[in-house]
Amino acid sequence: MNKFDFNVIERSWVYLFQTGMAFTLELTAFAMAGGIVLGTILAMMRLSSIKPISLLATSYVNLIRSMPLVLVIFWFYFLVPYIGAWVIGANEPIRVGAFSSSLITFVLFEAAYYCEIMRAGIQSIPRGQVWAGYALGMNYWQTMGNIVLPQAFRNMIPVLLTQTIVLFQDVSLVYVLSITDFVGAASKVAQRDGRLIEMYLFVAVVYFVMCFGLSLLVKKLQQRVAIIR
Amino acid sequence: MNYNWNWRIFWEPSPDGVGTYMDTLLSGLVWTMATALTAWIMALILGAIIGTIRTMPNRWAARIANGYVELFRNIPLLIQMFLWYFVMPELVPDAAGNWLKSVPYASFVTAVICLGFFTSSRVAVQVSAGIHALPRGQKMAGTALGLTLPQTYRYVLLPMAFRIVMPPLTSEFLNIIKNSSVALTIGLMELTARARSMQEFSFQVFEAFTAATLIYIFVNVIVVNLMRVLEKKIAIPGFITSGTTSAGGH
Repeated sequence: MNKFDFNVIERSWVYLFQTGMAFTLELTAFAMAGGIVLGTILAMMRLSSIKPISLLATSYVNLIRSMPLVLVIFWFYFLVPYIGAWVIGANEPIRVGAFSSSLITFVLFEAAYYCEIMRAGIQSIPRGQVWAGYALGMNYWQTMGNIVLPQAFRNMIPVLLTQTIVLFQDVSLVYVLSITDFVGAASKVAQRDGRLIEMYLFVAVVYFVMCFGLSLLVKKLQQRVAIIR
Repeated sequence: MNYNWNWRIFWEPSPDGVGTYMDTLLSGLVWTMATALTAWIMALILGAIIGTIRTMPNRWAARIANGYVELFRNIPLLIQMFLWYFVMPELVPDAAGNWLKSVPYASFVTAVICLGFFTSSRVAVQVSAGIHALPRGQKMAGTALGLTLPQTYRYVLLPMAFRIVMPPLTSEFLNIIKNSSVALTIGLMELTARARSMQEFSFQVFEAFTAATLIYIFVNVIVVNLMRVLEKKIAIPGFITSGTTSAGGH
């Protein structure tokens, strides 16, 4: 093992975490928030009794779910500047930063997966509760906001968090755009110092510890939030 | 939007000199499917074994199988690709390492091994969920009939469990097709990589990606329908085989 030089980690870990991991965590957090909000809206649309609305949401979710994330990342990397130009009425495609471009990508991509989770959550609430809401004179938004969604969220918290761990791992794929996330930062150092092995092993260990720790927490939480019926 | 659409680009010769851009994309599809199918066979076999071990009464065997699942589930696929491709040849003895580096189609072989192990952990979770979904009486009945534990698994539990987990396994198969695109980072020229290179050479970004997207959707639809037919074919009359809900992932 003497051909290894684990010093490289000591020299670069501050950079790896301050620049790389900070980007990864920030992107994960914002994408989760945006993804869950958009996913819930999509789930409500999918379950809507108005045909065009549910058809629209269903086709969007199925489209996104049949595409690989790498392809979606490429799509939005090139598409977002054009959409931006169209929104502000500019003639030329606008310049979009690495962070906002990947944030838009991950929100729109993960929303399709969060949607399926929230749909299951909404469907897990007995229909009678919705009818009871209507019978009390509540409208759709009141029934959803006060009765169905709070329970659906509570039931689905563990699954939503598990999906977030997947999202956290997926963020590593922004590497294909040479963005300096945790993996990007590590591979920059690895190539500069010629220490691929040490760096990639280190990255794997860090991801494993974080994801495994989080999944244990989710398991604990699952026992606590379970509603006893 | 001032973007010059040119849908005829697919029939123009591509710079790799083999044929048109359409041919390039289709050969990408062949690589994608070859990678996915080979890795899927590996994942099914490994996943069935590991998933079964997870439900065994032997504590230690189950623990090791759980460790295997956690190991492959908690490291991003991209990093696993790098580990197999860059790190593995250096960790084994020099002679073996040199041989590994000179394997023909190295990125294809690496992608298959990596995807096979990665997906096997997910298949294992589904298989053990399927076994747990069976009534406990089935296992007891098996042993009461005088079957040994391996026989109970072989003739009673696994045939039922596999039918139960057909729907989640279908989505795992769709996942492996999609995940094979991550192999472009180690130089496998599969469908997404071909679309990307077409975009680089022809500057027709949106045509290239639209074509790749349509091909992925087409493959998706075919797989879903084939699996539906298969599911109907192997269904046992009288048993409603509904899928277990899969938690997270894609």
